[in-house]
Parts: sequence; structure tokens; C-alpha cells
Amino acid sequence: MLAEEQSSSPAVVPPDPVSPKVPVLAGKEITKAFGPVKVLENVTLDAFGGEIHAIVGENGAGKSTLMKIFAGLLDPTSGEVRFRGEAVEAGNLRRMEQLGVRFIHQELNLAEDLRVVENLFLGEEPRRGLFLDEGRMRAKGKEVLRRVGADVDLDARVSALRISEKQLVEIAKAISQQATVLILDEPTAVLTQREADRLFEIIESFAAEGVSILYISHRLEEVKRLATRISILRDGRLVATRRATELAPSEIVRLMVGRSLQDYFPPKKSASNNQVVLEVRHLSVPGYVNDASFELKKGEILGFAGLVGAGRTELFEGLMGLRKTSSGTISRDGQPTRYTDYRQAVAQLRAVYLPEDRKGKGLVVSFDAPTNYSLLGLDRFGSWFVDHRKERNSFRKAVEQFKIKISDYSMPVARLSGGNQQKVVLAKILTIDPEIIIFDEPTRGIDVGTKAQIYQWIGRIAEEGRSCVVISSELLEIIGICHRVIVMRSSRIVANLEGDSINEDLIMLYATGVNPAKPYLSS
Amino acid sequence: MNSAESIEASAREQRGFELKTLGRWAREGGPLIALLLLIIIGQILNPNFLRWDNVTNVLTRSAFVGIISVGATFVIVTGQIDLSVGAMAAFIAGLMIIVINRLAEFGLGQELAIVAGMVIGLVVGLISGLANGILSTIGKIDSFIVTLGTMGIFRSLVTFLANGGTLTLDSRVRETYRPVFYDSWLYVPIPVWVLAAVVAVGWVALTKTRFGRYCRAVGSNAEVSHYSAIRVNRIRVVAFIVQGFCVALATLLYVPRLGSASSSTGVLWELEAITAVVVGGTALRGGSGRVWGSIVGALILTLIGNILNLTSLISVYLNGAVQGIIILGAALLQRTSRTR
Repeated sequence: MLAEEQSSSPAVVPPDPVSPKVPVLAGKEITKAFGPVKVLENVTLDAFGGEIHAIVGENGAGKSTLMKIFAGLLDPTSGEVRFRGEAVEAGNLRRMEQLGVRFIHQELNLAEDLRVVENLFLGEEPRRGLFLDEGRMRAKGKEVLRRVGADVDLDARVSALRISEKQLVEIAKAISQQATVLILDEPTAVLTQREADRLFEIIESFAAEGVSILYISHRLEEVKRLATRISILRDGRLVATRRATELAPSEIVRLMVGRSLQDYFPPKKSASNNQVVLEVRHLSVPGYVNDASFELKKGEILGFAGLVGAGRTELFEGLMGLRKTSSGTISRDGQPTRYTDYRQAVAQLRAVYLPEDRKGKGLVVSFDAPTNYSLLGLDRFGSWFVDHRKERNSFRKAVEQFKIKISDYSMPVARLSGGNQQKVVLAKILTIDPEIIIFDEPTRGIDVGTKAQIYQWIGRIAEEGRSCVVISSELLEIIGICHRVIVMRSSRIVANLEGDSINEDLIMLYATGVNPAKPYLSS
Repeated sequence: MNSAESIEASAREQRGFELKTLGRWAREGGPLIALLLLIIIGQILNPNFLRWDNVTNVLTRSAFVGIISVGATFVIVTGQIDLSVGAMAAFIAGLMIIVINRLAEFGLGQELAIVAGMVIGLVVGLISGLANGILSTIGKIDSFIVTLGTMGIFRSLVTFLANGGTLTLDSRVRETYRPVFYDSWLYVPIPVWVLAAVVAVGWVALTKTRFGRYCRAVGSNAEVSHYSAIRVNRIRVVAFIVQGFCVALATLLYVPRLGSASSSTGVLWELEAITAVVVGGTALRGGSGRVWGSIVGALILTLIGNILNLTSLISVYLNGAVQGIIILGAALLQRTSRTR
């Protein structure tokens, strides 16, 4: 099944004509095998000064492995890494750092309890004699923060920062030393569009200064907007490297997964009837949500759009008893409800909330998959004693239903890929047979293939008559699957969009309160 | 096709197979191997070691710390710690002695007085556990601090009850109560039977029940548990109540042994219980644990003392040092088997 795709794969184009010099960083015929399994096979890829080279591909395609080899975190089984044309010792992190190769991890590597300035120079602290040179750290820290456009206090604790600010601090830390190559692994996965836009400007300014950018992303639109060249990996092989202008987004998807965008979202069938299953009136969550009222219909997919911090997550955490609310009434099928914690809310509303933070709130990563699977509805697997056989059999069915790729049930879920972890969470919430499902960023950090599966699955769930709420920062996804979209801004519901009004311009208009300068989703 | 990542993981696993199995062996079977080694050493050093009376002696001596360590396993698995158990035991013992003496004095039958004392002991144990639990969950104080505080309270209460001296069980009542500790059934001392029952129930509760599953989930990741509709605080409180019950149970067996309680009763039991749990392979950070391991840990601690007593190779005064080395060794084994 692979062979025919492979034979039609396009040839690699010659190095970028923008800077026809020697590439800053290059990998020649890199193969990486773990035991008998080849994760990368014969990949040749280079990065020139001043270019933004996007690496795309499904989860497990080998992007991160390749970047780790570039950063010196892993050494290749065969092939070599070259810096400015000269082979360098592979797998030597120190050496690559000295050469200015900086890797911004997907999971940010900051010491949460330390101050910003301490993090910026962690391990590289300027000293004066025995003592830290606080003055120099502050001066230099201020400068690098200004360069990345981060408006944060040097003395703020990192744990108190917003995630977008943490990311900027991480980038500032990377450039606090001389940088020649900046490797970014899905930097926008946790950012809103506006924050992402700002990050893009910063990245572009680095490229303009001659820094070579290697950019991993799942988001095609941003790749399309940002990159000068795009390389596509599939199953450990390089499928194509082309100039960004030559590739349409649909073409990128096709190359990545071997299917077209038409199959990406499920066909939008409008909600079967107008029966209101959930009615929320004047719900307030102190500090986060102000007087929110809305209703949810049977079989409906209701989108919640807005910037991070608009109060969407908090609204639904309040609704589900996961957070204190100060006022409001919630009716289920016209009946008023009363509950004080999540467990009661689940029972009374027959609803479930799928948290956005998969590893922090969704899964006990040290537990195996069946144990995670049964955790929410454990009372359905026995009242006092856990019926292990029932648990296992039920999980086996879920594995088939969700096509979860798992070789060994007893291994901790931490070892599953992001997409497969998310499928375990989806299977987990279905064990209690909910009628209302609240998805909070259901496809964050997940590959295109699994995303498509999840969209199809949400569509099917809604067709069965269950009602879905989708909180998402990805406009493409909100527009692609939702019957109706509610937009929140600064703790309030500001718009309720239906039919043709569900478009990015209008959503962004309400989400930001200003006209978007250049919507880049339309194409 | 796109499972390269999980294949990558399993391949990594394969490469480190030999090392990992060794590590797992050391972690899973480590305490048992250590126990076996100690038994062999003991038998070599002293041929009387494996005689039935010495074996039952060791088991009986392990009963107090063993029973308490079963409760401690639950507290630790849920990611908490209870430092108050030794002082709690002393307080319960003191209270029981006063109650039994008074009731017997007022003409209640001795058996009845003892039963009443036992019931009160158990109730006080449950309430003490409840108090520890509520303070550390609803009170939002770290369990380390809470139990450090209640440890001081219990310890000073027993000193107060004894008026700075020793509370002694009335000698006639003691004669009636004595068999609970000293008698045997089917050649096995009563405390050993109680220990076995506690271990069996604790093991089943931790591995087979919803409660046990919830304990591990809460200890592994309280947030995830919260979002999985688990009442995290309730689980934590119940773990403390289990601990309180175990302490009371151990005290019921302890009172007839010495027939007295003073401010030095149960000193350092909390450390022995925690040590037994850790030596048994339960992670101090919570999330995973095993009841049988804690018992093996308790046995190891008793055996060290026993061997030092039976032989003159190392001074008995170095008992604590040998125990300390064992703890460090166990921690070292856990550490190396975690880092792949």
C-alpha cells in the first residue's frame, strides 16, 4: 500500500535559490533505527540561513526524531549531520549548542518556580567572582525579551505566566546565546491566533536577520503562510521538499496522509430537531465568566470560539461543577438541576467534560490504557470489586472501535502517541454513555490523520442524538464541524452564529473585537 | 502505518530489555530477596534461628509495625504521609487503660470492660484518622504538617493523661486481657493471625476494589482523578481513616503485652511503618504501592534486630544503623529501576 504512493512521490527540488550558499545545517542520508524498526530512512534535508523551512507530517512520521538528531539529542544510525558544509559529531548536544543550534521543545522546558530572569540564563548564568552578576542578567534579559516582543516582568515567576508568554520566554532563552538555527516543535499548538500571529512576526524577524528556522507544525495554514520551503515526511521517509508557493494546503494534506480534504470533515447534517436539552441562564464564574446564557439542542454540535482566556474552559468547568460558580441556573430537559461537584453533575446532566490538557487532566500517564479507560465509569465495572475481565474486554472493543494503535495493553499510556492517547480519552468518556459531551480542544497536538478520524467520530456521535460542545482555538475545525458557533470575548458571550455567518472573518471580529487585518485562512 | 511512534517506543523497550527485566526483578522481588538473604544469614549465624518459637517471635514482634504499615501503605499510595501513628497509638493505649480500669473499678465485668475499652480504642482511632484527613483535605494543609501537629498533640495528651508517668492496667484485668497477645490458635499466636487478616484485607482492597484503584489514581495524579469524577478528598480522608483503624487495631494487641502506656510508648513507630512501606517497594511520591511489600518490609526490620540480638557479630546498638543502610539500599534500588 505504501509502494504506489512512494513511486509517485515527487523529486526533491534543489536548494533554495534565495540563498544559494552552503546550507547552515544539513542532514545527509540520515537513517535512525530503534532496534529493528527504522524511524527515519535515508532522509536528506537542509536548512539555509534566513529561510523558514517547515517540516510537516503525521505523528510518528519522524519529524521530531529528525529534529532531535539535528539538535544533537540523538545520534543517527547512519548518515551525517553537517554544519556549514562540515560534518559534525552527531549526538553531541553541547557541540550543537556551541554552534548555535537551538531547540524549542513542544513541552516547554522552563523551571516553573524560578523567576523569568533566572530561567533565561539557567545554566549559563553570568558571574562576577563567586556571585551571580544580577545586573548583567537583568540588562541582557530585558534586551532578549524585547527582541521577542515579550511584555513580561523579569521578576515574575514562570508559573504565573500565560502559556504564550512562557513560550516567548523559552524563545528568548534560546536566543540569549548566539543562535544560528532555531528549531521550533509545534510552537503554536497552545496559542490563539493573535498570539500565533505575533510569534510569526518574531520568527520572520529572526529569519530576516539570517537565522535559519526549522519549523514543525500540524497546522497547514500557518505553514503555508510562514514557510519559504516545506518538507513533507511520511513513515520516516522524505516525500517531498518544495517551495511553499508551489504547494496548496490540500496538496500538503494529500502528500502527508494520502487522502483529500473533502474527507477531512464529516458532512454537516443539521441537528435533527429543535429539542433543547440544556439551558444555561445567567451563569457566572467569578473572575472568568460573566452572565453567560445559552442553550444546547439535541444532536447539535455547538462550537465555542474565542481567544484563550476568554472564559470558555472556565464556563464549562463551572457548568460541570468542576469550578465554583456565583450565580446562574442550569436546566436539563426543562428541569432545573442542583449539584455541587463533578460527579453529581455528570449524573444529573448525563454530561461529560473532556479536558484540554490531556496529560495533566485527561490521563494518568503512568497507568496502563485499560485502567485509564475505566477510571471515569469504574462503577460500571463492578460496585465494590473491579471486574478486570469485563474491563479488559470492554477496552478491547474500544480499541477496535477507535482504531487505537496499541501493541501491549500493560504499558503506560505515556508511551502512546498523542493521537492514540486522545483516542483512549474519547473511549474513556464514552464508557458512561453521556448524552452531552463537552470537548475542550479535542485535537490539540494531534496529527492530521487522527484529527480526521475524530471529526468523523464527533459527527457520528451527534447523528446518534448526543449533543456536543466543541471548544476550540482552531478556526478551521470550528467552521468545519459545528452547526452553530458561540463566540466569547473577555468573560462574556458576544455572538451566536449560524449557517453562513459561521466564517472566520465574523468569528475573529467578535473574538477580538476588532477587524482582522489579514485573514489567512481563506484560500 | 502511522504507528511509527509506538513502534519506536517498543523498539526502545526491546533494546533495554535485559537491563529492564533485571531492574524490574530487583524492584518487584527486591524486598523478598532481601528477606530471604536475611533468613539465610540468620540461620548460618545461629542454628536456633529457624526454630518455630523464634519464627513466631519474629512474626509477633512484627505485628504492631506490620499492621500499622498496611494503613500507611494506603496513606502513602494516595500521595500523603502520616507521622502521627506512633503518638496516636500511645494516646489510644493510654485512653484504653484508663477506660478499662475505671469500668472494672465500677464493677463492670472484666471481659465487658476490656471489650468496651477495645471499642473505644477503635472509635478513637477512626476519629483520629478522620481528623487527620479532614485537616489535610478540607483544611488544605499538607499532610506532613497536619500529622506533625497531631503527633505533638497525641504525644502530649498521653503524657497529660499519665500525669508525666506511666498508666498501668489493673493487674487482675491484665490477666484477663493477656491471652489476646500471648495465646496461640493452631500454634500460631493471635497477633500473627490478626496481622495475616489485615494484610489479606488490605491487599484485596488495594488491588481488587474500586477504592484501591481510586487510591492509586489520586496518588498518581489528583487532577486527572478530579476530572474523572473521583471525589479526591473523600478518597484521601478514607485512606487516613484506614490508617487510624490499623493503629487502633495494633494498639489493642499492644496493651495486653506491656499493660502500660507512657510518653515513650510507640516512639518512632511512624518511622518504622514508613520505612517498612518504602523498603517494601511503595513509592513515597504516591500512585503505586503494594501491601505485601510493606509486610515484608516490616519483617525485614524486625529480623535485623532479631539477628543482632541472637548473634554477637555486630553490636545491638548498631541496629538503627543497619536499618538505615537497608532503607538507603531499597531507595537506591527503586531509583535505578525508575531511570531507564
